[in-house]
Amino acid sequence: MLYFVRRAGFFVATLWAAVTLNFLIPRIQPGDPAQALLARLQGNTQAVNPVQLEAVRKMLGTQDGNLLAQYWDYLGAICTGQFGVSYSYYPYTVTEMIGTALPWTLILVGVTQLVSFAVGTLLGAWAAYRRNSRVDSVITLGSTFVGTLPFFWIALLLIFVFAITLNWFPEGGGYGGGSSPGWSWLFFSDAFQHSVLPAVALLITGPIGWIIGMRNNMVQTLGEDYARLARARGLPRRRIALTYGARIAILPNVTGFAIALGGLLGGTVLVETIFNYPGLGRLLLEAVSNKDYPLMQALFLFTTIGVLIANFLADVTYGFLDPRVRRAEAV
Amino acid sequence: MTSIDTEGVRVTALAAGRVSRLPGWFVILWRNRKCRIGLVMLAAFVAVAVLAPVVAPYGPRVDEFAASTGPSGAHWLGTTARGEDVFSQLVYGARTSLVVGLVAGLLTTVIAVAVGLTAGYLQGVVDEVLSFFINLGLVIPVLPLMIVLAGYAPVKGLGLIIIVITVTGWAFGARIKRAQIITLRTRDYITAAKFAGDSTARIIAFEIVPNMISLIVVGFMGSALGAIGAEAGLAFLGLGDPQTTSWGTMLNQASLGGALTTGQWAWLVAPGLVLALLITSFTLINFGIDALSNPHLRED
Repeated sequence: MLYFVRRAGFFVATLWAAVTLNFLIPRIQPGDPAQALLARLQGNTQAVNPVQLEAVRKMLGTQDGNLLAQYWDYLGAICTGQFGVSYSYYPYTVTEMIGTALPWTLILVGVTQLVSFAVGTLLGAWAAYRRNSRVDSVITLGSTFVGTLPFFWIALLLIFVFAITLNWFPEGGGYGGGSSPGWSWLFFSDAFQHSVLPAVALLITGPIGWIIGMRNNMVQTLGEDYARLARARGLPRRRIALTYGARIAILPNVTGFAIALGGLLGGTVLVETIFNYPGLGRLLLEAVSNKDYPLMQALFLFTTIGVLIANFLADVTYGFLDPRVRRAEAV
Repeated sequence: MTSIDTEGVRVTALAAGRVSRLPGWFVILWRNRKCRIGLVMLAAFVAVAVLAPVVAPYGPRVDEFAASTGPSGAHWLGTTARGEDVFSQLVYGARTSLVVGLVAGLLTTVIAVAVGLTAGYLQGVVDEVLSFFINLGLVIPVLPLMIVLAGYAPVKGLGLIIIVITVTGWAFGARIKRAQIITLRTRDYITAAKFAGDSTARIIAFEIVPNMISLIVVGFMGSALGAIGAEAGLAFLGLGDPQTTSWGTMLNQASLGGALTTGQWAWLVAPGLVLALLITSFTLINFGIDALSNPHLRED
């Protein structure tokens, strides 16, 4: 039980730290980013909703009062969901923009991450099962080699070869000109076609971490005493590998799964930008190049909170799967 | 986790050093074939970077040539959309990558060692607090944080990129160093030094750090590699310094300048390929450093 309490405590503490970091980053910058943004917002031809302006003030900090009062206002704004208005996509609010982009990233990242995990774990287990054979060296050396390739460069080459030279897939975007987002077959098939190349770009380098992690863990578990005992009892090799090796070796990868999400989000910024894919990553980069601070800040906060929640869930799952962790913390 | 026999490394390094005049650690690295290839590759990159004005046929920013041409005798890798020589940019780009790797790698390592050592050696409340920051640094998504930090900054420059990479990259190394020092701090010779009346600072500097050298070197290699990749990624996203020639900005300009549609494959392929080669050289050297730490992997 203590394990879960400690994990929950860590989750709350990191959440608070992330929210505070988000408060501090715009305020420690030289110059006054918030003031500059407000001036531009007010210079807009359309009238700006004063409520929204107030929210932007609270998030970025231009109102008077000391830092503590600003912090209090900021926390209040976050708790009531007032993230302000987007500068570059005015009059949409920041939350609306994130809501539109979120499903694209969630599906692309979710699917590729699950496939990478499954493929990587299987290949890693296979390499460990056939340790020091040709299969092992092909898998290990192959993944080391692919791992050295810069992955945004792979994405560029994919566009060059498959979209421009061969013309098999569209160059970029989320869906084509003929369809619009909705529950229609045309839209889904179109969106699928557009997501093939970004997904492949993520899948080429995606499984590498899992392959190496799984192989090393499993080589270790197969050398443990219980695996030796299983061999002495004459159990079939395959059964030893699956129930004595792989089942235990997969445990650290569960926590790794959530940690990798953070890294993967970084990857999606690159992939979405290259493929002009309408997800969170491209939105973040657009916000940065347009100096759309409210959108930038909210995006950073949302992605960080997402990763923190994923980590917490992984910790909880891990606690259920592996009783040793619970006991170690209780001692 | 990686457990490294740090004391064993020193002993064998000394033994290997006795037979030749070179330092012992170098002999072990050189004997490993993969590592030797990596070292030669890295040396070649350093040579090209140092001698860039000699190697490159033109300046990286000279834009007086016909724009967007393919590879030719005068321009081995063609020219950019602005009429600059791609090969010359490639040569000068090696400087940026190596400088970022070296400086950001060193800064990251210094912070990681300082935080990891303090947390692991002092334990108690200090450790709890520092460990919290280490874990925080591990879970916060790095690239979005880098992008946000770079996005707010009023000036774009290589210094900014290095700072951003350092601020976001120290946590992983700190965690490993903390784990290592926790196993070291209860060894007999540390207890002996304590009884002899040595100060904590002296024990850390003279008893513990020398025994962690190989771990620190591995950490530095990893940080430098991460920094080189991060710089290329940020520059590719257009967040780098537009005045600096780097492989990331080259790829950025290649994709913006229409290398994809005009079929200038050399402009597109070359920067990524050299980046991959540089990363490969680091990976190969790491095989040798593993051998340094683990006698079973050594090739005599």
